[in-house]
Parts: sequence; structure tokens; C-alpha cells
Amino acid sequence: MSSQDGQAVPPKALTGLGGFLDDRFRGARGVRTFFKKIFPDHWTFLLGEIALYSFIILLLTGTFLALFFKPSMTDVIYHGTYTRLDGVRMSEAYASTLNISFDVRGGLLMRQIHHWAADLFMAAIFAHMLRIFFTGAYRKPRDVNWLIGIVLLTLGMLEGLFGYSLPDDLLSGTGLRILEGVILGIPIVGTYLSFFLFGGQFPGNDIIPRLYVIHVLLIPGLILGLIAAHLFIMFHQKHTQMPGKGRTEKNVVGAPMYPYFMAKTGAFFFFVFGVLALLSTVAQINPIWLYGPYNPVSISAGSQPDFYMGFLEGTLRISPSWTWDLAGHTVAWNVLFPALVPLGLLLTGAALWPFIERWATGDYAEHNVNDRPRNAPTRTAIGVAAVAFYSIMLLEGANDLIADHLDIPLYTITWIARFAVFLGPALAYFLTKRICLGLQRKDRDLLEHGLETGIIRQMPDGEFVEIHRPVSEEKRAVLLSKKEPVALPAPGAADENDIPAPATRGLAGKLRATANRVITESVPLTGGNGHGNGHGNGHGGSHGDEAERAAVGAPHSPVADGDVAAPGTVARDNGQQSGDAGS
Amino acid sequence: MSENDQTSADQPGEDERASGGATEAAGRAGEPAGTAAAGSPGSAEEAEGQEHSRPHRVIGTPSPTAARTLLDPAAGNGGPGQGAIESGDPARAKRAERIVAFFFLLSALASIGFIAAYIGMPVHSMSRVFHSNLALGSAMTVGFLSMAFGAVIWVRRLMPDVEMSEPRKPVASTPEDRQAFQQTFMEGGEDSGFIKRPLVRRTLIAATVPLALAPVVLLRDMGPLPGTTLRHTVWRKGMRLLVFGSNRPMKPEEFDSPGGLITMVPDGYQDNDDELAKAAVILIKFEPGQLQPPTVMDWTVQNIVAYSKICTHVGCPVALYEQTTHHILCPCHQSTFNAPRGATVIFGPAPRPLPQLPLTTDAEGYLVAAGDFTEPVGPSFWERG
Ligand code: HEM
Ligand code: FES
Repeated sequence: MSSQDGQAVPPKALTGLGGFLDDRFRGARGVRTFFKKIFPDHWTFLLGEIALYSFIILLLTGTFLALFFKPSMTDVIYHGTYTRLDGVRMSEAYASTLNISFDVRGGLLMRQIHHWAADLFMAAIFAHMLRIFFTGAYRKPRDVNWLIGIVLLTLGMLEGLFGYSLPDDLLSGTGLRILEGVILGIPIVGTYLSFFLFGGQFPGNDIIPRLYVIHVLLIPGLILGLIAAHLFIMFHQKHTQMPGKGRTEKNVVGAPMYPYFMAKTGAFFFFVFGVLALLSTVAQINPIWLYGPYNPVSISAGSQPDFYMGFLEGTLRISPSWTWDLAGHTVAWNVLFPALVPLGLLLTGAALWPFIERWATGDYAEHNVNDRPRNAPTRTAIGVAAVAFYSIMLLEGANDLIADHLDIPLYTITWIARFAVFLGPALAYFLTKRICLGLQRKDRDLLEHGLETGIIRQMPDGEFVEIHRPVSEEKRAVLLSKKEPVALPAPGAADENDIPAPATRGLAGKLRATANRVITESVPLTGGNGHGNGHGNGHGGSHGDEAERAAVGAPHSPVADGDVAAPGTVARDNGQQSGDAGS
Repeated sequence: MSENDQTSADQPGEDERASGGATEAAGRAGEPAGTAAAGSPGSAEEAEGQEHSRPHRVIGTPSPTAARTLLDPAAGNGGPGQGAIESGDPARAKRAERIVAFFFLLSALASIGFIAAYIGMPVHSMSRVFHSNLALGSAMTVGFLSMAFGAVIWVRRLMPDVEMSEPRKPVASTPEDRQAFQQTFMEGGEDSGFIKRPLVRRTLIAATVPLALAPVVLLRDMGPLPGTTLRHTVWRKGMRLLVFGSNRPMKPEEFDSPGGLITMVPDGYQDNDDELAKAAVILIKFEPGQLQPPTVMDWTVQNIVAYSKICTHVGCPVALYEQTTHHILCPCHQSTFNAPRGATVIFGPAPRPLPQLPLTTDAEGYLVAAGDFTEPVGPSFWERG
């Protein structure tokens, strides 16, 4: 069409507008660069977008709800559409939520979209985070964005908790009661914090208006700011890309922003909104009228928080009843420990991981091509262990439902969970690591022997062999994306600036060497050539592992960081060693 | 700083290692060498060079439509893609165009339907609300999903299937830029006297701390100090227990369902949530002889015992009673209390038995408290002791 000759001119009206804007802001060059920006394509890159669009939908629907919602705990006697609660004493917050549901046209739909969007928002953040973790996309230079992501996750949890507390129904009020109990458990200041938050004794008259302003202003503002920073950084640093043919550390392969990415992402926004509308049409969520208004004397059996809080529910349920009497003071370990430690461990661990990994591998380089999970077995194993840990707690958080449905005694489930929470992650770690190393071995086979075609041919000497077809170019590029671990600088060795390598001596040095050995365990891509564990890939498992460890841990490994002399031989050298050590 | 030096030295190494490896593996397996690294092992430089010698894969060159026809067919996006444009089949393209237009029109119709449903379908009754929700929700769903489908088909079928490559520079600035920045920074420091005049510097830094901390006192009025509020409830000697819900007092004889559990609240505080959150109790009636220590027998009336309803874990109302086992169960985290034995903890995270309320009867024979709880009810707190 007209664009083919490169001389196309936009319609008059647009040139006029463009001229107007450019006269004032000078955008021709900048916006053009923006239009031409390349976006790599992979379905997992959509996870972050789901989170973003859910957030936009939360802003829109939340603003609508705020037009009608009354954040007040003043008692009213209800005489409204929902006749089953006629004459019942309730807070204005609860009454106005009933009103939004039954007397504002589209109110129920907006409430349900808002709630579904909150769940989708959190689910997408979790999935997005796992994608980033398992592909190593958090590595330098994206480690700061990883930290921002963790803060966003935490804020999202709080925002959701405060949001579903607003209607002041029996279910969410119970959640607030638990929150109060947990705050009371904080040593020294807990009682004061609780009185300040609730404006006195629980439940008081202040908590809903306070949560309201936090929910509609404070946290959304923070989230908005952090999302802006998150996206700006992502934009500035450019996306990572999945390994593949023609994809290197120094390019980005994909489709340009305009029109491709714009059209796709626009479609995706509509899709997310459409799916949320569909869910809210057919699947009821948080029917607060069935729970009734909150009062501190009643409770509905089988209370369940939103799924992103289920983890904490599980940790509270699993905990033994330890408390200390400390010189006339009570230390409520039974509350403190489950409320703070497991989640703290996960979040802090996630925050520190990029830096731990850098320290252990000595890999300070910038990374733009993602790892395949199998090529970082220890990272992948740690990730799966964390997922197992999280899932076990989440399931324990629903132990009463499981007991009901599966007819298993409640206490048995809790006891199983008490053991599983330690054994599960350990097993997950071990299995994942083995599976990753197995997949690496398979990759090496594929590279060396190609795909089995199933065609058997007889050789002149009478031997039967199966024909192997080499893997495709694309596949080969993916397989070859595996990076062999690079040895840490030898103890005391100086780097190129003559500064002795840090942390190579003493306890820290030993610790680092151990961490290095664990984290870099891997099957060299070209390890099986000819001798050593050569063709015995199928059965030489543990034997091969020994060899790999020897190769990786060897202090005199010939590969130094940044050594570009003989790139083709790097992998092979490692391989040779492993072969030698193994034979 | 050394990080960045490493970065720049490192990148080529990694890339080359990959391409070098490719050649390696290909050679060894005795296959014809791959197209990219055709020939000599260690041809990493060549591979790199090739990247650059393909101008059509670099941004800023012909528009995608033109570029794609130049693309290397081996790049995996050659040959007829699913896009109608690729197939060069105008009939297919026309069909795709119609489908896209159909979806956009459908979306417009759905939006009109949404408005119609809003106007035409009143709420104010349960069934009407659900019908309205169904209509509005369906219209909205169709409206948005049609837009999504239309746009996706548009991208897939009517836009050429491009894959382009853009070079990427290391994020860090060049050493010269850094140097220049440091210099400017230090010059500013010199000019301002920030470095030369430690008194200004130190007092400035020192003053910011109280400036930031002072407003924190504003939070003080968010609530009263706890004092001993959590140690006591409103129960007093002679205060009647009212049945929660009906608010009627009860005589021991009226508790005619042994094995049941009744929630009671203090007379005069039926509607006071703050007080109920501490003072609510449960009554359980036993067969004679079932109640055992550590239940305080003096505080029971005709085998009726009153325990705090507020769980000692984090404060949920304990509400489930299992008649056969005499277990009181908290639905929140399943702390389980042994009812005939002073509500001691059998299982779960609760650290203490449910406190027992001293019971007696008044002159008219109604159940009343013989005094307040003798220990704080509910969850642990620091000052509880
Ligand atoms: C990350 C962002 C957000 C999350 C995770 C979130 C989550 C929630 C949840 C789960 C509810 C309970 C809904 C229900 O079932 O009734 C809720 C209620 C509410 N939210 Fe949000 N929300 C977010 C942002 C916002 C924003 C930006 C606003 C306003 C500008 C807002 C306004 C409200 C209002 C007024 C309610 C109470 C109305 C009701 O419950 O019917 N929310 N929120
Ligand atoms: S509040 Fe009762 S068990 Fe947690």
C-alpha cells in the first residue's frame, strides 16, 4: 500500500494535530523511536500485562463503587430490598454495600468485577513473579525491578485484605478480628498499635473509614507510582527475551510497538476485561448478604479469606500453641511466628536471591537472554520448593474444607501438614534438581545425536542403526543457549584491576565455594563426547554427577570471567574434565 | 565499577561461546554445518558480523511490510504464515477483514444492548437484580470480548507477520560519562561549600531528623491508650446473662437441652459491639458428674458452666460444640477445648483454656454473673502476663 514507497503522508487532520503537538513538545523523533521499539513475544510475557490491566480495571470499578459506598460504622436499622435482613442492626458500610448490590443498577456487576479483578490481579502477580524467577529474568540489570515487584506483591495483599474488609460483613469482620489478634501479639507495642489502628477497643467505630482511605487513596497511589516506575524501568532496559535463533545478549528480537504490540496489547486489555465481566456474570463472588452484618459474637463456619491470604491462614492453623511468660509479659509465639516468619522468609528470600546468586556464581554480567529453567537446576529447585511450601500452607488454610470433602479427620490433616511443610519442599527441591539435570542430559543427547526418527537401517557390516535427524536450527539455538558455569576466582587471585577477589578466604570464602558448587551443578553441553560417560547417559546418572561436580568445583578451571580467547572451547574444556574425572 | 567492566568484556564471550558451541556440536555430529555459522569453528566474529550485515533486520529500515519480504526464510517466519497478507490471497484477506468488522460491529451492538438493559431492567428485588446482572454482564462480556477477538484476528490475519531485531547496548554509561558526572558532582559540592563547611553540612543533616520525626506525634490521637481495658469485661456481680438474639434472661431449669450450646451476652450491653467483643460467653449444660476439674465447680449452677466465647488464639468466637466428645471447636484455626474439664486446650494454636465466668442465680432464679472473669479473656497481649 502507500507505506511501501516510504512516502506516505498521514491525513490532513492528523498532520495538523501532529504539527500542533510537535511545535510544543518536539516529539517527532522520540515518539518515532517509541513506535519502533521492539517487543519480544512470548506468552509468559503476558502475565505482567494481566496484572496491569486488572489494576486498571480495579481503578475504574473501584471509583464507581466509591460513588455509592459509605465508609461508616454508624449503626443503622436496615429496611431495604433484601428483606431477610429487614430490621437488623448493621453498620452503614454494610447497608450501603447491600444498596450497591441490590438498588444500584449494575452495582452488583461492578462489585463482582472489582472482586474478581482483585483475585486476578494477585494471581497474575504471582504467576508473573514465578515466570521472572524461573527464567532468571531478575538478573542484573533487572534486580531493582524485581524488588519493586516484591513490594507490589506485598501492597497488593494488603490492599486486597483491606478491600474485602470494607463491606463489614460477618466474614470480613472475622478477618479483622484475626488481624487484631495478630497485632496484639506483637511484643511491647502490639496493644498500643491495635488501639491506635482501631481507635480503641475492637471493633470500635473507626476501622472501616480508616481502611477505606488506605484502600482507595494511599495504597492505590503507592501501587500506581511503583507500577509507573516498574514499567519505566522495563521500557528503559528493554524486555528480556527467550533464547532462540538470532537472539543474543545484544539485541532484542520481536515486533515493533506500533502497530503490532499496540494492537495485541489492546486486544489483551479487552480480553482481560471481557473475561472478568464473564466471571462476574456467571460466578457469584463474595455474596455478603448471605453472611450477614458483622458482630463480634457470631461467626460463619468454614470461613475462608481470599486466596492470596490463605497462606497466612494456613500458617496460623498449623502453628503449635507456644507462648512464653517473660518476666510478667506474654510473648505469643503461636501468633507471631506464623504471622511473620513464613511469609517473611518467602519475601525476604525472594528479595535477596538475585544478590545471593550473584555472590555464589560470581556472575556479575548483564543478562538479557532468559535461562531455560532446566539450565539453572538449583534456582529452579529452590523455586519449586518455595512453591511447594506456599501450596502446602495454602491447602492447610483450607484444612476444614478438605476434611469435609475428603472425609479425613481435621487433626490428621494438620499433622500431615506439619510434617509436609518441611518434607514437601525438601522433596520438591531434590526431585526438581534431578529432573533438571536429566533434561540437560537429554538436551546434550539431542545436540549430539539428533532426534530419533524411528527409521532403522542396516549397515553394510550387518549392524542395525536407527537414523537420527539433526534438530532444527531454531531448536539447536535454544539448546545452545545453556551457559556453562564459570569458576569463581581462585582464592587470593587478583582480577584484571589487580584487586584481590573478595570473599575468597576464610569462612566467607568457604561458604561461597560451597554455595557455588551447589548453585552451578550442571551437565556440560558437550560433556559426553567420545569417552568418559559418553554414551551411557541413560544409566550413568550419579557417576556423571560426580564428574560434573569435580569439573565445576575445580579451582584451576581454565575459564575466567570475560575470557574471550577461544569461545568454542570453553564448554568443551569443562566437558573434557568431566570425562576424565569420570573415567 | 568493576562490574561494568566485566559486563562489557563478558557479553561477547557469552555470545561467542554459544555460537562457537553450535559449530562445535554440529561439526562433531557429522552433520552439514548450520547456515548461520557456516564453516570454520570459532566463527563467532563472523556470526556477529552477519547480524550487522543484514540491514533489513535492524530498526530504522524499510517498513515491516517491505522488510518481511526480505527476511531470511530460515528465520522461521518465512513462507506463508497464517496471515492472509503472506499468502498473497486477496480473497482470504477480504474474508479476514469481514470477520474483524463483524466482531467490531457485534461489540457495538452489545454496548447498545448494555444501555438498553440498564434502562429497561429495574432492580430493587432479588430476582430482578440477578436478571439485570445477567443481562448487563452478558452485554459487557460480549462487548469486550468481541473487541478482543476482532483485534486479535486483525493482528493475526491482516498484519504481516514480522520479526525484527533491534540492537541493545549495555545499560551502564560509558566510563567517560561517569567520570564527567563525578567531576560535575564534586564541582557542585565544592561550589556550594557543602564539603568545605562541615558546620553547615552537619547541622543540615542533624536538623532533618527531628523535622521528619516531629509530625509522628500527630498519630497519637488515633486512639486512647490501652490502660487496663483488655483486663476487664463489663460482667459484674448480679448482672444477668441474656440469650443472644432474643435478649431474654434465662433460668437454669429452662436450659433443657443438655449437650447444646447457648451464646449469652451481658444485660444492658446487647448492642455494644466493643463490650460484646470481650464479654460474650457460651453456656453448656452437662449431665450430673460429667464436669471435672479444673472446671471451678463453685462457678457452675446445676451443671451449667459458662466459658468466654472469645478464642484465646486470636479472638474468633468459638461456636462449634461436638456433643459426643464434648469438644468446643473454634472455626477459625480449629483450636479445640475440652468442655467438661475447664475448657483446656486439646488441639490447635490456642495457648490457654477459655476463661470461666463465675455463675450464680439471682433472687428471681435467673442466671447471673457472680463477678467478672478472673483473668483477661481473648488473645495474648504483651501486658497480659
Ligand atoms: C490493587 C488494587 C485493589 C484491590 C486489590 C482491591 C480489592 C478490593 C476488594 C477485594 C474489595 C471487596 C469487594 C467486595 O466483594 O465487596 C474491595 C472493595 C472496595 N474497593 Fe477496592 N481494590 C483495589 C483498588 C481500589 C481502588 C483504586 C478503589 C477506589 C478508587 C477501590 C474502591 C473500593 C471500594 C469503595 C470498595 C467497597 C465497596 C464494596 O465492597 O462494595 N478499590 N476492593
Ligand atoms: S481464633 Fe480460635 S483458633 Fe484461631
